[in-house]
Amino acid sequence: MTLKAVVNNVAQMPASADAVVDIQKLSLTFQTADGPVYALSDVDLTIERGDFVSFIGPSGCGKTTLLRVIADLEKATGGDISINGVSPQEARENRAYGYVFQAPALLPWRSIERNVTLPLEIMEIPREERIKRGHEALKLVELNGFEKKFPWQLSGGMQQRASIARALSFDADLLLMDEPFGALDEIVRDHLNEQLLKLWARTNKTVAFVTHSIPEAVYLSTKIVVMSPRPGRIIDVIKTDFPKDRGLDIRETPEFLEVAHRVREGLRAGHSYDE
Amino acid sequence: MTSNAATMNGAMGGASLWSRLMSGQAGPVTVVLIALFVIWYVGAVFMNAPTQIDRYNRAGETWTTTRLIEDTLAQERPILPAPHQVAQEMYKTIFATSITSKRSLVYHTWVTLSSTLLGFVIGTALGILLAVGIVHVVTLEKSLMPWVISSQTIPILAIAPMIVVVLGAIGLKGLVPKAIISTYLCFFPVTISMVKGLRSPQVIQLDLMRTYNASKWQTFWSLRLPSAMPYLFASLKVAIAISLVGAIVGELPTGAQAGLGARLLAGSYYGQTIQIWSALLTAAFVAAIMVVMVGWCERRVLARMGVRG
Repeated sequence: MTLKAVVNNVAQMPASADAVVDIQKLSLTFQTADGPVYALSDVDLTIERGDFVSFIGPSGCGKTTLLRVIADLEKATGGDISINGVSPQEARENRAYGYVFQAPALLPWRSIERNVTLPLEIMEIPREERIKRGHEALKLVELNGFEKKFPWQLSGGMQQRASIARALSFDADLLLMDEPFGALDEIVRDHLNEQLLKLWARTNKTVAFVTHSIPEAVYLSTKIVVMSPRPGRIIDVIKTDFPKDRGLDIRETPEFLEVAHRVREGLRAGHSYDE
Repeated sequence: MTSNAATMNGAMGGASLWSRLMSGQAGPVTVVLIALFVIWYVGAVFMNAPTQIDRYNRAGETWTTTRLIEDTLAQERPILPAPHQVAQEMYKTIFATSITSKRSLVYHTWVTLSSTLLGFVIGTALGILLAVGIVHVVTLEKSLMPWVISSQTIPILAIAPMIVVVLGAIGLKGLVPKAIISTYLCFFPVTISMVKGLRSPQVIQLDLMRTYNASKWQTFWSLRLPSAMPYLFASLKVAIAISLVGAIVGELPTGAQAGLGARLLAGSYYGQTIQIWSALLTAAFVAAIMVVMVGWCERRVLARMGVRG
């Protein structure tokens, strides 16, 4: 009952003027040879400026697809979506967001600096400005000093940090992250989570973050969106109010465990019908 | 017991020396080279022996095996010339003859090499251009690809004289027709590899460019072309070698005026097998050097692109 109440509350909230992402009754159906696949169904969601929103759910729940719709890498087949008040395509053309993929996707023939400044190059920003901004972005992810290295000379975690720096280099207000730390080990992941939080607190960016780790979602987010598969839909939206400068140790507090419990309950509820 | 151990050590020492010799490049290459020379000499003796014995019989001479072997390796027009005969001929025509002379192999090599290189440059440019078109325009892929492939099913020996005759009729002679035959052969591997290479970026990399709203042109320069470089160089090694084949084939129907192909043809007219083999080996050396040079460029370029090792 309480879960339902929260969902309704969120769904009925009017889109505030500060909404970065506003999604209403969004659906996406892939037509495949085996018939239609309902990747997203009836999704309502608002992401406000400064939010850190995590999407969590089992594989196939459409969390990555939702992020890709926001990024205009997929087109919705129904419903409405606006980014900063315009369509996703316009937002992409305005370079309104930085996207971090599951893999670093660094270009192996470019140095770290030239990888990080690649978006600036495409935006035809002059060379000196590019280098300056590249330095700043690398400093944000604590990779200064690695400018001239090639991607293969960096560890997996450092490569992913470089890819975050690349997404930050052109200073978009919205950061879309698709399981960026999924392939990394626990300790590196903890460290990067901490760094990411600091970065978010410092830059005041809006972050949409896909994950399948409950602790990661609870630790990072101001808003956790629990999703379930077939069809991909939102089953719970949980707001948290941990302090912005929280440390990893909050994961031992009762409040943290309570939210984690609620996320787990939501995931379980979403799962029950197809097992 | 002790002596046993000693022999074993000795045997193992020998094995390690052998494996040390064979671990580098020089060892195996030398072994193969020696084997080739042995086979070549034995082959020369056996191939040339019947005519030599015939000659003895006609002259009513008696002969010993040693004399037979000596004579088979020193014939003027042997069926299979011995390596040292070819080496002598090559020395004579490469180093001991003025390079402006029509008897100089350097002169003929340059004639062939110039059209090889011209054909290679045009063929590579054409190959890349076709690949770019095929990758970016669906209609071009559907309309061009079948032609690109079927172009290579026509034997070059059949089409080369046509090209020479047709271009000769409109006044193009010498270098250009041969270069066009080289182009015809060498654009193909370049096109096929470049199509694959330009399509080699991963979906995630293409998505990345899309998030930056990169134009097709920007995606091409920043992503597709660099991704295709290893594919390009692999095809260039094939292209430069067959470009040489094209130039040589192009020299055959011109009536053997100049070039390595002309030397081959003239040699076969007059039964000058030593001349044929010299031209053949020179062509092989030239091809090897060109492939090595392409490999060197490849290493330079890929090293600049930060490729490991």
